[in-house]
Parts: sequence; C-alpha cells; structure tokens
Amino acid sequence: MTIDSVRGAPDTPGLAEPELVQLLTPEGERVEHPDYPLDLSAEDVRGLYRDLVITRKLDLEAVALTRQGELGLWASLLGQEAAQIGSARALGEHDMVFPTYREHGVAWCRGVDPLRLLGMFRGVNHGGWDPAEHRFHLYTIVIGSQTLHATGYAMGIQRDGVLGTPSAGATIAYFGDGATSQGDVHESFVFASVFNAPIVFFCQNNQWAISEPLERQSRIPLFKRAQGYGFPGIRVDGNDVFACLAVTRRALENARTGQGPTLVEAFTYRMGAHTTTDDPTRYRLKAEEEAWKLKDPIERVKAYLVRGDLADAAFFEAVDDEAKATAKDLRERCLVLPDPGPLTIFENVYAEDHPLMTEEQERFAAYLASFEEEAS
Amino acid sequence: MTTLTLGKAMNTGLRKAMENDPKVLVMGEDVGKLGGVFRITDGLQKDFGEERVIDTPLAESGIVGTAIGLALRGYRPVVEIQFDGFVFPAADQIITQLAKMRMRSLGALSLPVVVRIPCGGGIGAVEHHSESPEAYFTHTAGLRVVSCSNPVDAYSMIQQAIASPDPVIFFEPKRRYWDKAEVDTESTDWTPLHAAKVVRPGEHVTVLAYGPSVKTCLEAAAAAAEDGRSVEVIDLRSLNPLDIDTVTASVDRTGRCVVVHEAPVFNGYGAELAARITERCFYRLEAPVLRVGGFSTPYPPSRVEEQYLPDLDRILDAVDRTFAW
Repeated sequence: MTIDSVRGAPDTPGLAEPELVQLLTPEGERVEHPDYPLDLSAEDVRGLYRDLVITRKLDLEAVALTRQGELGLWASLLGQEAAQIGSARALGEHDMVFPTYREHGVAWCRGVDPLRLLGMFRGVNHGGWDPAEHRFHLYTIVIGSQTLHATGYAMGIQRDGVLGTPSAGATIAYFGDGATSQGDVHESFVFASVFNAPIVFFCQNNQWAISEPLERQSRIPLFKRAQGYGFPGIRVDGNDVFACLAVTRRALENARTGQGPTLVEAFTYRMGAHTTTDDPTRYRLKAEEEAWKLKDPIERVKAYLVRGDLADAAFFEAVDDEAKATAKDLRERCLVLPDPGPLTIFENVYAEDHPLMTEEQERFAAYLASFEEEAS
Repeated sequence: MTTLTLGKAMNTGLRKAMENDPKVLVMGEDVGKLGGVFRITDGLQKDFGEERVIDTPLAESGIVGTAIGLALRGYRPVVEIQFDGFVFPAADQIITQLAKMRMRSLGALSLPVVVRIPCGGGIGAVEHHSESPEAYFTHTAGLRVVSCSNPVDAYSMIQQAIASPDPVIFFEPKRRYWDKAEVDTESTDWTPLHAAKVVRPGEHVTVLAYGPSVKTCLEAAAAAAEDGRSVEVIDLRSLNPLDIDTVTASVDRTGRCVVVHEAPVFNGYGAELAARITERCFYRLEAPVLRVGGFSTPYPPSRVEEQYLPDLDRILDAVDRTFAW
C-alpha cells in the first residue's frame, strides 16, 4: 500500500481551495468585497505603485550584487511585493513590525535605509539597525522565532494600558508557509490567543519552503488553522496590494481596539529562488512559475492606473527613473561599506563590562600588534 | 535580621524587586495562585496582580520567547523554568535569540531577562528533575550565568540579576530551598553579583564549588579539619563571568585545587576551571587540578542518586589525592 501523505482525500469537506479576498483582479479590474470596502485616491494608488516598483528594483539590484560577489547571499522577495507593500502601508506609527529576513518591502515602507538590509548579507554585521528607530525589528533568521517576540511585545502593549487609545499600537509578525510547522509559531498562536494579544500574524504563503511545497506543511489551508486557536483567519490574494492593505488594516484595527489576534494568509508566490544559492529548477516546474507570472502584483496596478486614466506615461517613466536611481545609489553605497575591524568582534556581546571580553580583546589586540612590530 | 529559608529568601528578593520597579514581571508555569511548584513566587500574584505575575501556557519556548518580546517593550521579565530538565524546549530561544540579540542590534537592544532554573539532584525525583545544565549556558556568549548556594545570596543575587541589563541564567539549588539563615533584608550592601566568595578560609588545598555543592564542600572541609587538613572553600557564585582572580589568589597560596559540581565531569564547568587555573598557577601547583562530579552518564534513578552525586567522602578522597603528587 502506498501512503498518500501528500493530500487528504480530495472529497474531504473543507479541503477544496477556498475563496480569497480580492479587490483588484490580475487584469487590473477593481472588484468590491462586502467586508473590505477600500477608498483609495489616485495619489494613494500611485504611491503604492511607486513602492512596488522601487522595492522590486532594489531587490533585483541586491540579487545582482550577490551574483557579482558583493553580497554573500540574498533572499529575494520577487513576486511578494504586494503582500509586503499592502500590509506595511496599513501600519500606523505606533505599530511594531517583526520581520523574517525577506521583508525588504516592509522595511522600505517603514523608512529603513535599504543599505541597512545589506549589512548582514554582505557579512559586515548580523543586522545592525535600531528597531526602535523605525519600529521595525531586526531580521530573524531562525524560522518562526520572531512570532514569539512579537507576541510578547504585544503582551507588553496590553500591560502599558494603551489599547483603545490613539497611541495604541499593534504588532505584526511576518512569517512564511514553512514557518507554520514550527513549534514557536504554534506557541505564539497559543499565547496570543489566551492572552488576547494585539497582534496580526501575517503569513506570506509563497507556496515553497526552499524546495518543499505547501503540501509538506499542511493538509488544510493555512488560514483555517486560526480557528483551532480561537481567533479569525482570513486568506487574501497576496498579489493584490489593495486587498492586502484592506485586510491588514482591518486586522490591525481590531488588535488596537482590544479584539485580539488575526491570522492573515497572503496567498502569493515566490517567483525567484529561496535565496541566491537555491536552484528551483530541481524541484518545481517552469509552467507553475509561468502561471503565477500572469498574476503579477505590479502589472495589475499599472493596468488599473492606465485603465482609469489615473497616471500618464510621464508618471511611469518617472517612477522607473527613481527606482533606477535608488538602486544605483544602493549599489554605490554597498561597495564602500567598510569591513568591521577585528577587535569589534568583542563589542556588544554584553551591555555591561565582562572580564572575559576584555581579556580576550586585549590579548588579541596584542597578538595583532605583534605582526606590526615584526613588519617595522 | 530575619531567619529565612533559601526559598523564602528568593521569594522576598523577588518581592523587593517587584516593589522597586513596576516593570518587573514574573512569568512561568503555575507561578500564580499556586506560587510555583516550590512556592518561590508564593503570594506575588495576589499582591501584584495577574498582569505582573503571569501564569503562562505550558510551553517553555513560548515563555522565554514572549519574555524577550516583553523586554523589547521595556519590561523586565523574570521567567521560571519549573525544573532544570525542562529548559531544553526553551534552549533555542535562550541561545539563538536571548543571548545574541544585543550583538545583532550592534548594541541598540538590551534584554534584561532573568531565567530562573531550580537545579541539581538529591530530592528523590523522577527523570528530568535533577539535572545540572549550567555548562550549556556558560558556553553561550551573551548570557550571564550565576548560581546561589544560600539564603543570603539568594536574596541579594536575584535582585542584582533582575537589575542587570544583560540576560541572566539564575540557578537555584532546589535541595537547599529549605536551608535556613539569617538574612538582612534592610541592607543593600551586597557582594557584587559576579564576585566569588571565600566561604571558609584554609591553607592546604582550595575547593571550588557553586550551588548545591557548596554546603557539601563545607561539610567536607570541617571533616578534613579534624584530620589536621586545612581546606579553603570558595563559592564561585558566578559562572559567567568567572571571578578568576579570587580563585587564583587562593590556589597560588595552597598549590592544590579540587573542583566540585553535580554536573558530569566530562566537558563540565570544572574542565574550564582546571584549564584556566593550570594556565595561571602552573608554577604554584603541587598537583593537577582534580574534579569531582557526576559521572558521564544520564542522571540515574533516584534510588542510586546518592552514589552519583559528589558527597563528603568523594570530595575528601579527591582532596587526599592532591597530596599524592
């Protein structure tokens, strides 16, 4: 007997692909959803388009920098721009973001200098920005760990007694489909649920955890897991920036007003490799990628802008030029990022003096100095 | 002066810390109404409320992971891990997140989280309730690791650990929870958190210990004195950082050293001590640094744990052997 470990029986109730919230079709047609009205001005839409284009350009530039040996690695967000820009543009100034290592579009929206994102991939630091500055936490590499930090932070917001006031913030935890199998994600759902923490769990289901398809992580649609924890789950078209914005906005507002957590599953696709060292041709078909290309998150916004006569050729050209200039600037600044000095290894391990750090640093400094003496 | 058990001294220290700083939180399994399985948090939820003394879901990684998030929001969580052998589900959050976030942020972040772990054997418990996992954590840069041995230190050290801007792993010798001593709860004139203490001066051999082994070593020293052998006992108190100067000052005088801990000797904390002492006191040593500890096995069933744990006779045997060189 062969064991069908891939899918449940196809006729099992509830296993058919569910509806997702969509406000902009792949063809660029605006559709309404009764639960998610969204009123965007032409300027708003142009702003989203600009975010999407610049984010994609910066990402491609980082891939190129990796190919040229300037970065050791890069995790591309290609294909996931709408999920990131839509959710991030729903954030308010008091909200706090806990990203994975792929949230370059969210970082862009939070005002983080893209150069900061390159540090860890170039190997000059392990992160290196102050999370408080843009309310954007450090990239977390171990899968799912940050969902607990986000939940704890949300429990802190509760204890500050600000929920329901204008200075209320929520947290948003980003993670992928693979992460949903991690124990930490499960535990974060449990903690968030029983404490009713003000948090949005934003899962970008990009269908692939490196080489493993979604079927290896779950037998049911991911958003349905929320029900088991006792909070709402919703699937949104992750390539639809409008829908991602509207759904995340609602979930954040619920969190800020004390209504607890929401799981948002942004149904999207990782168009590129997992990272620059990955080779998707070994595990997935070109046809699948081609099918998803037709759902491109940027093209549909462009079609909407053109169709509605909300932007002219000069606008699109200006955005392209700005994207190119931003990427060029990023490249130039990346190339001159200084390597850290060897003695910085001992810095920032502890907040207060630590004799072992001092001892080893001094000894290593003397060792290094001995070569200089020999040379002179 | 008040007579307190070690457990009550912990409780009193926690209470003081919570009174002094509204950001101090206590969290863990059964720490609320029950007051913890060892009653270390007894009465705290009643007096400080459920928002500050949090009965958490039964998930150690979740406890430490959310404590990190609370610390990022400006709180000072004191986490209770119910038993030593239960810390491993949280090891990932402690080692890969708690210990490293400061460096990751280039110093922008501090995580003032205390992880309390009742440790050690000798209470007749089932598996996973008698372990000494300190070396896993002393091996991890970014953590401070301390171990109290008596009520006076328990009272002060928990408050000092909570005040530390760095994460602290705080080991409590569970079989000494009921030991009593006079504690001055009015004074804050405390030994620095990371200083070792000479708890019995001596001339012929230095015995190093921490946590539950300190008392056993003091008993061994008293027995040795009857044979005319003067044993100096040092309570290390802090394992990372290590107060090496207090140790070497003693060994330079005595020329002999025995390290005692309950954890397995192989790759245990004593190995680090032996190496460092050998480096620094090489020409003063009359004998190799000897180690007495648990065997290189899993912790045994409780009916034979007395054979496994370093006792007075095994310590004296090692002391004798240092004179055989």
